[in-house]
Amino acid sequence: MSAARKRVRALRLNNRPVEVLAADNTLLLDTLRETLGQTGTKRGCDGGECGACTVLIDGTPRLACLTRTQECAGHHVETIEGLAENGRMSRLQRAFHERLGAQCGYCTPGMVMAAEGLLRHTPHPDEAEIRAALGGNICRCTGYVKIIEAVQDAAGTGAEAAP
Amino acid sequence: MELLPDFRVATPVSIAAALAAGKRHPGGRFVAGGTDLMVNLRHGIGAPTALIDLRAIPELRGIASGTGGMSIGAAVTLAELAAHPAVAAHYPAVAAAAAAVGAPAHRAAGTVGGNLCLDTRCMFYNRSAWWREANSFCLKHEGDTCHVAPTGKRCHAAFSGDLAPALLVHDAAVEIAGPDGLRRQPLADLYAEDGAAHLRLAPGEFLVRVALPPDPWPSAYAKARARGAIDFPLAGVAVALRRDGDTVAGLRVALTGTNSRPFLLEGTAALLGAAVDAAWRDRLGKLVQKQVLPMRTTLLAAQYRRRVASALAQRLAGALGGAAD
Ligand SMILES: Cc1cc2nc3c(=O)[nH]c(=O)nc-3n(C[C@H](O)[C@H](O)[C@H](O)COP(=O)(O)OP(=O)(O)OC[C@H]3O[C@@H](n4cnc5c(N)ncnc54)[C@H](O)[C@@H]3O)c2cc1C
Ligand code: SF4
Ligand code: FES
Ligand code: FES
Repeated sequence: MSAARKRVRALRLNNRPVEVLAADNTLLLDTLRETLGQTGTKRGCDGGECGACTVLIDGTPRLACLTRTQECAGHHVETIEGLAENGRMSRLQRAFHERLGAQCGYCTPGMVMAAEGLLRHTPHPDEAEIRAALGGNICRCTGYVKIIEAVQDAAGTGAEAAP
Repeated sequence: MELLPDFRVATPVSIAAALAAGKRHPGGRFVAGGTDLMVNLRHGIGAPTALIDLRAIPELRGIASGTGGMSIGAAVTLAELAAHPAVAAHYPAVAAAAAAVGAPAHRAAGTVGGNLCLDTRCMFYNRSAWWREANSFCLKHEGDTCHVAPTGKRCHAAFSGDLAPALLVHDAAVEIAGPDGLRRQPLADLYAEDGAAHLRLAPGEFLVRVALPPDPWPSAYAKARARGAIDFPLAGVAVALRRDGDTVAGLRVALTGTNSRPFLLEGTAALLGAAVDAAWRDRLGKLVQKQVLPMRTTLLAAQYRRRVASALAQRLAGALGGAAD
């Protein structure tokens, strides 16, 4: 009857090794938010539709609400908490701030991680590539234009340079 | 959303071990990327005691191409498939269909096998447990009436995977592992026109690879969807068309999203030997309209899906056939 017994899972989280107790049926989103207290990753639809829970697994955007913690053992999970460098926001985070890419901010961690995944392998994306990369991320506030401008700004492909 | 059921995960590294795990866990389910199964489990649809993750089995991995055609592992992700240069060059409908699934995060996790074995979809089914319970469930799961066709005896939920029609027009075969060994059959024979039992797989059987024959015809895929950036097909159409001068020498058309199974259009032989003009496209369009069976399983009207399937088929065949007008 102990099918859901917990086991130690060893993974990397934001460049640091972590060991966490999780059952086979525990979702990565719950491990991050409830067990590890890393609440930057958001729970939106909780069913693969909104992108609020986007994290990077081995550098690729993935949905933490559809991923089991068990699958992540031995892999590198990166969340919004890992982007700041020495307490300073990354260039991409600053661009979201400066270009008003965040309003209520709920979609922002997922948007930033999806954009981060894009910029790592396509440092200078055109607008179509940015739109495609963010296609699974829903924002109820900004109307998306400011978000796209923020990513362009971080990639140095915007219409004007950052102020 | 419900909590996930109390399952254990097995990660076999060989076909034999996966078959043994299937035998050991009669209440278990196979899983790959989980982008379809995990959502259904969170909706309280099914309570497997074990998930058998097929992705670590070497035979299910990788894309191989050569003079014998192409072989695609069932655990290949849609992102890998869409980005493979030989797939895009020789089987363009397949690459286009893979690239049209969901959003990047779905394609990074979602696999070929999971896409071909996707559960059928219906607006009365892809709902939370309390929503379905408040509606007395339905014929497909836990209930006894179909809310789409209440007097009927079968489920009309639509098969909505993008990849199947693109593989069908390239005459794909699938390799299936089961308790009796490996067998190979046409992809078309994997499916049945029944929304509650659309896969012809015996308990314990799973897909190993997809085989595409060599010398493919030029092909294309297009879909209509409610949300342009990310959505299942309301109707999806693949066309492969071989020309001989100005006339059509070979034609295959396959559809998804309109019926409980993806299927190859019948009667295309009557369209061979002619040039693609407005009258030809009209005949093709009518053939599509006759064979699709969209029911009220989506928010958009069934009649819209019937017409858009027909229009997409005509548009794709027109482009591949070099229509002058
Ligand atoms: C928001 C959203 C949008 C989506 N949009 C689309 C879309 O536009 N088009 C589309 O086609 N899909 C779409 N999907 C569904 C899904 O992401 C893809 O179909 C994906 O390819 C499923 O693959 P998977 O590996 O994740 O399947 P899983 O969820 O792992 O499995 C799906 C089913 O297949 C079975 N299975 C898996 N592998 C095998 C195998 N080798 N042999 C036998 N059975 C197997 C499982 O038991 C399960 O029943 C969407 C999903 C979401 C959440
Ligand atoms: S078509 Fe009918 S039986 Fe099938 S899922 Fe929809 S409501 Fe249920
Ligand atoms: S919470 Fe994961 S996609 Fe919405
Ligand atoms: S800023 Fe509010 S949802 Fe995007």
